Amino acid sequence: MPTRVLVPSGVLGLGFDRDALRAGIARGPDVISIDGGSTDSGPHYLGTGRSKYSRASTLAEWQVLLEAGTGSGIPVILTSAGTCGTDATVDWMVEITDEAAKRLQKKLRVAVLKSSQTSTAIARAINTDRVSPLAHGPALTVETVERCQNIVALAGIEQIGAAIQTGADVVIAGRATDTAGIAALPILNGENLGSAWHGAKIGECGALCSTRPMSGVIEIEFDNEGCTVEPMAATARCTPESVAAHMLYENADPFELLEPGGRLDVRQATYRALSERRVRIEGARWQPSPTYDVKLEGAGPAGFQSMTLVILRNERYVANAQDWVGNLGKFLEGEIPSRTGFAPGSYSVEFRLIGINAALGSLEFKDNLPNEVGVLFIATSSTQERATEIAKLANPFLLHFPLSETEELPTFAFPFSPAESERGAIFEFLLNHVMILDQPMDAFRLAIVEVGNGALR
Amino acid sequence: MARFGDLVDRIRSKNAGPFTVTLDVFCGSTEAFRMAKNELTRRSVAGIFHTRAEFVSRHELPDINVIKLSFPRPHVQGSRLDRDMHAAQFAVLLEELRVPNK
Repeated sequence: MPTRVLVPSGVLGLGFDRDALRAGIARGPDVISIDGGSTDSGPHYLGTGRSKYSRASTLAEWQVLLEAGTGSGIPVILTSAGTCGTDATVDWMVEITDEAAKRLQKKLRVAVLKSSQTSTAIARAINTDRVSPLAHGPALTVETVERCQNIVALAGIEQIGAAIQTGADVVIAGRATDTAGIAALPILNGENLGSAWHGAKIGECGALCSTRPMSGVIEIEFDNEGCTVEPMAATARCTPESVAAHMLYENADPFELLEPGGRLDVRQATYRALSERRVRIEGARWQPSPTYDVKLEGAGPAGFQSMTLVILRNERYVANAQDWVGNLGKFLEGEIPSRTGFAPGSYSVEFRLIGINAALGSLEFKDNLPNEVGVLFIATSSTQERATEIAKLANPFLLHFPLSETEELPTFAFPFSPAESERGAIFEFLLNHVMILDQPMDAFRLAIVEVGNGALR
Repeated sequence: MARFGDLVDRIRSKNAGPFTVTLDVFCGSTEAFRMAKNELTRRSVAGIFHTRAEFVSRHELPDINVIKLSFPRPHVQGSRLDRDMHAAQFAVLLEELRVPNK
């Protein structure tokens, strides 16, 4: 018996084509699976334990999926809930599920899988040689672990599979690999192991593997020899090229994907068009690893920032913007410590020249002159008050600093009052490591909760 | 001289996790693939992105006329000095590369 997995979109919050979802539901999928997270939006979300997407759009989309799935007896899986997949965002998502269920007048059983790790547990793993770096990085120290505000472990198919096997209507999982929520049920059902992982990688961003990426919805049908991928929007097509291209996406190695418990190897895989919109995938191999390793992600605070935007429009200042910033930087290097008494090394300032090289920095090779240059001044320090104090100190100089001593004082364009904006705490990713587990559930917690009201479905 | 991006189908760059950037060069034809293979050596790519040739991982996928390049991000994603959270603008440096006309 094949296993059909319906993937509504690459991430909850991005939107999907409602007609395509209906078409997918009409085909009777065994499960609806969607991912809710990624590190791709940066360390803020893991650092704070918050979602990138608005509560309103998350609720609206989730309610549509819950109605479509639980109305037809199809379990609905969300992995990496709330962008970062911490316990806090899992709880946030359970609360949203409760509201959605009440709106639908349903009572739902939810399997809740949590992925957050305590620094004590990670420190213990370090001290028993169970943590190792990825990509030739440095060994993890207890000091680095203690700097992390949040640490999560990425669940694989074993933990998601355990959640599915509770028979719950809905699975809400913390951080998991992008593929785990799609591959789990086919693997539980005994479908071809290599193709289960391969099809999951192809489908993890929904219709991104098709010719109409924004339509969202795709179906992957897994069987014991391979899998077949098809977009659900009427005008979208999957071609061998569009599908093969997705194997490369956000993955440094085009042939291998590291997962808990092993690695996917697609060197022998084939992509064959079954029609102008369906692609057959076969031949991928799963290579189990000697130990069961889960990847760790952690983010910790890196100070506080305040920033000021000033715009240079005067032609001479546009032409000499780099010198202007260089001179102003040197001037502030003297003024900041002498006026504030802040110890050198306890703060930093930098300038980004929007219009010159703000995106690429020293990699920029073009030297065309723009009409105007936005100068973004960024002050970073150990407290918000200090960062803002530095931005305020720089304010009159950002507004009036001249290119030469003899000219009349220039005044540039400040678009805002106050000129500075507080960015709050900033965070950085600190972990690029894997941790060995004796049993897959050792670092994860699974519980069942009931949400909503009315009769159980 | 020609603009490299005009000779291939498309080029994309993206994070592969917070510590790595990966570029996919979709050449579109065997002819363009052959040209790109010669232009995009580990050494030339290291020069464009100010990294070291031994840090550049390079894969040729002749079946789909793709060259894939990955290397450590110059700054960890989202760290104080990072300028491009998704690393998606790195691709322009290959698009705008000047290469000899064939």
